Amino acid sequence: MDLIHHILSTGWVTLFDVVPIAAILVFFQAVAIRRAPPNPKRIAVGFLYVLIGLTLFLVGLEMALFPIGETMAHQLTDPQFLGGDALLGRVNWLDYRWVYVFAAAIGFATTVAEPSLIAVALKAEQISGGAINATGLRIAVAIGVAVGVSLGAYRIVSGIPLHWFIIAGYVVVIVQTVWASKFIIALAYDSGGVTTSTVTVPVVTALGLGLASTIPGRSPLLDGFGLIAFASLFPIMAVLAYANLAAWLQRRRQLRDQNGQEETIP
Amino acid sequence: MGELLIITKGVARLLMDAARDLLPIVVVIAFFQAVVIREPLPNLTDILVGAAFVVVGLAFFVRGLEMGLFPLGEAMAQAFAKKGSLVWLTVFAFALGFGTTVAEPALIAVAAEAASTAAEGGLIGSDQASLTDYAYGLRMTVAVSVGFAIVIGVVRIIKGWPIQWLIVAGYLCIVVLTFFAPPEIVGIAYDSGGVTTSTITVPLVTALGVGLATSIRGRNPMTDGFGLIAFASLTPMMFVMVYGMVY
Repeated sequence: MDLIHHILSTGWVTLFDVVPIAAILVFFQAVAIRRAPPNPKRIAVGFLYVLIGLTLFLVGLEMALFPIGETMAHQLTDPQFLGGDALLGRVNWLDYRWVYVFAAAIGFATTVAEPSLIAVALKAEQISGGAINATGLRIAVAIGVAVGVSLGAYRIVSGIPLHWFIIAGYVVVIVQTVWASKFIIALAYDSGGVTTSTVTVPVVTALGLGLASTIPGRSPLLDGFGLIAFASLFPIMAVLAYANLAAWLQRRRQLRDQNGQEETIP
Repeated sequence: MGELLIITKGVARLLMDAARDLLPIVVVIAFFQAVVIREPLPNLTDILVGAAFVVVGLAFFVRGLEMGLFPLGEAMAQAFAKKGSLVWLTVFAFALGFGTTVAEPALIAVAAEAASTAAEGGLIGSDQASLTDYAYGLRMTVAVSVGFAIVIGVVRIIKGWPIQWLIVAGYLCIVVLTFFAPPEIVGIAYDSGGVTTSTITVPLVTALGVGLATSIRGRNPMTDGFGLIAFASLTPMMFVMVYGMVY
């Protein structure tokens, strides 16, 4: 009974997310384009599927993932668990090693399940004619989020101001952009924004707030924020790095093929 | 009978893919519970039922994406491109960005937290009215900034400007603003870039960009079609810092 109530109330909330968007689309179809889109019935069924899918997805997350994610974030940042200097009220960044590992692992795992990223990766694979592999792209992005969230957790522990990391990250992205192929740049920039939505944000925010509220001298309001910023900057670097690496490997392979051909032709 | 078999196979494939997407989360949680925290999981049935819901939900979402959101976004982009009316396209881009952001639950939550941070830092009064005002103003600021971002992104696709110059200029703006904005707002401003792009907005906006780039002669969907989301996660950072400075 509770479950049905939960599904209905989540469905109601999701409906209110979809309705404004649908209203905008219908308005512009009717007033500006003045022609029905091809297959309107199929599109309507598609919207219904998105609505059902998101509802079930959110209900499932709230039942399975969010409570455990929050409990684990609290358990891992608890001074009793950390032992060592944390029990004496001192901050030793090495005591938090499991937090960094957990941050990286959960950042990676939630990103792989992120629906927005699935959408963008599918589209990229489709229009690149398969040159970009959807799974490969998602794994590159997930590695970026893993590094980002882990480093963000270290930042909260160490208390280094957020903006130094972000500015340094921007410099790295700009340098990478100079070397990257034009083909991938826009997609790489996009991958920063799509990683942080339904699944990742709640879990990562819980981790940040858990850390900031248990470490002496950190304010949850000032230091708890910022993990999302890390999680949306590092995927850009990861995707650009993936593209740089792929281009480099391909160049090397071509060189080797050329050399090989020269050897077989006497 | 044959048709039924094809449908069953399709559904099975979608479910398999969704289960595969969920697997890393299961592994991570199981590992940390068993090896690091060493406590049994509470409510195992809830977790199993929840996981099943997530798998089915994800399968529905991906199918709906391919049937509804992607084709509609691209069809609309093509219709606008054929019509050739820049005004309508700009108005549509702004409405889409603003409309999908203003009611975003993650943004409402962040705005409320930002208001309490600002009150704690002494920037605004700590009574309920000023908190609500501040949060509302912040939400509107972010929504306008996303609308603005989609407009800039669409104009970029039409004109064919290289994306990197605009993004680098945005980065410079953010760095400069960081040193002038009140320190309390900086963390929230940086985070606000990530929370604005919801799960329904992303596929629609991506399809819009790709559709436009496909139907305009001389544009490549790969180099020109992507990038709208990038703008939508950059402008909120600037606008929120400016909001913190002028409020």
